[in-house]
Amino acid sequence: MANTTDQLPLWEVFIQKSNGQPIKHAGSIHASDKEMALQNARDIYTRRNEGRLLWLVPSNAIVATLIDDQEEFFDPADDKAYRHPTFYEVPEGVTNI
Amino acid sequence: MENKKSLYHFLLRLGDDNLIAGQRMAEWCSRGPILEEDLAMVNVSLDYFGQAESFLEYAAELSANGKDADDLAFGRSEREYFNHLLVEQPNGDFAFSIIKLLFFSAYQRELYLMLTKSSDERIAAIASKAVKESRYHFRHASEWTIRLAKGTDESFRRVQFALNELMPYSENLFESNEVNVELEAAAIAPSMALVKESWILSLKAVMSNAGLNMPKPVHMFRGGINGYHTEHLGHLLCEMQYLHHAHPGAKW
Repeated sequence: MANTTDQLPLWEVFIQKSNGQPIKHAGSIHASDKEMALQNARDIYTRRNEGRLLWLVPSNAIVATLIDDQEEFFDPADDKAYRHPTFYEVPEGVTNI
Repeated sequence: MENKKSLYHFLLRLGDDNLIAGQRMAEWCSRGPILEEDLAMVNVSLDYFGQAESFLEYAAELSANGKDADDLAFGRSEREYFNHLLVEQPNGDFAFSIIKLLFFSAYQRELYLMLTKSSDERIAAIASKAVKESRYHFRHASEWTIRLAKGTDESFRRVQFALNELMPYSENLFESNEVNVELEAAAIAPSMALVKESWILSLKAVMSNAGLNMPKPVHMFRGGINGYHTEHLGHLLCEMQYLHHAHPGAKW
C-alpha cells in the first residue's frame, strides 16, 4: 500500500458554473490548508472557464454511504412507483402549472 | 505622435519583461514540487505570454515595418531586448523562483493599476486585463513566501537566501530614463517613483507576516532597459529562438 504520509491532505473540489446552478463535484486536489486548496483547485480545475465559484471540502469531512449499505438504504425505493409524480394528468385547458 | 519612439520602447520593455518571465516560468513545466504547483506555474507562464503578445503586437503595429509580434520575440538579440534584469535571472530552487515571482508580481500589479489610467487607451485596456492576473500571481507568491518562511529551518534558510540574492535587482524595476520622462509628460506612463512606493508597502506587509528580513543591499544592479543585460539573457534567447532560427517561417 502506498505511503500516505508524504502527501499533503486531500480535498474534494466542487464548481458552480454560474449563479443559481448546482455546485458539482469536479475532482480532488492535495493542499496544505484552506487558502492553498482554493488556489490549487482554481489552477487545476478552472483553466477553461469551468465556473465562477469553488467549494473545497477536506475529503475526510465527507460522510458517505458504504457499498454494503446500498441494499438496505436504496433497494426499498426501487419498487414504490406510487411515490413518483407520474400518475397525475393535467386537465385540458390548464396552462400555467 | 511625437513620442512614438518612446512609446515603442516602453511597449518593448513591458512585452520583454513578460516574454522573458514567461520563458523562465515555463522551465518549471514538469519540474514542479507537486502536481498542483506545476499547473500553477505554467498558468503563470501562460499569463505572461498572453501579456507579452498584447504589448509586442502593439509595438509591431507602431513600427509599421511589416514585422509582427513573433518577429520581435524571435528576431531580436540581447542588446535589443529591454526587459529588467530580475526576470532573466535563472530559476534556482523553488524558494528562489517564488521570491522572483513575489518581486515581479508586486511590481506588475502596481504598474498595471496605474496604467489602467494611461492616456493611451490601448495600454489602459491591456492593463485592465493584466492587473487581474498580477493580483493572483502576487497572492500565490505571498502565500508561498509565508509558508516557506514559517515552514522548516531549511525552507526559511532558502527563502531568506533568495531574498538576499534578488534584492540587488529590485531597484532596477523602477529605473527611469528619457523614455519615462516623455511618456510621463504625456500621461501615458506613471512615475516609477510612485510604483516603487506601493511596491515597498506590499513587500513590507508580506515580510512582516512571514517573519523575514528585508535585506538592504550594498549595491543595486542597473541596466536591462538600455539593452545591457546579465550573461543569462544570451543563453535564454539562444534556447528560446532556436527553432525560429533553424526553421525560418515554420508553421504547424
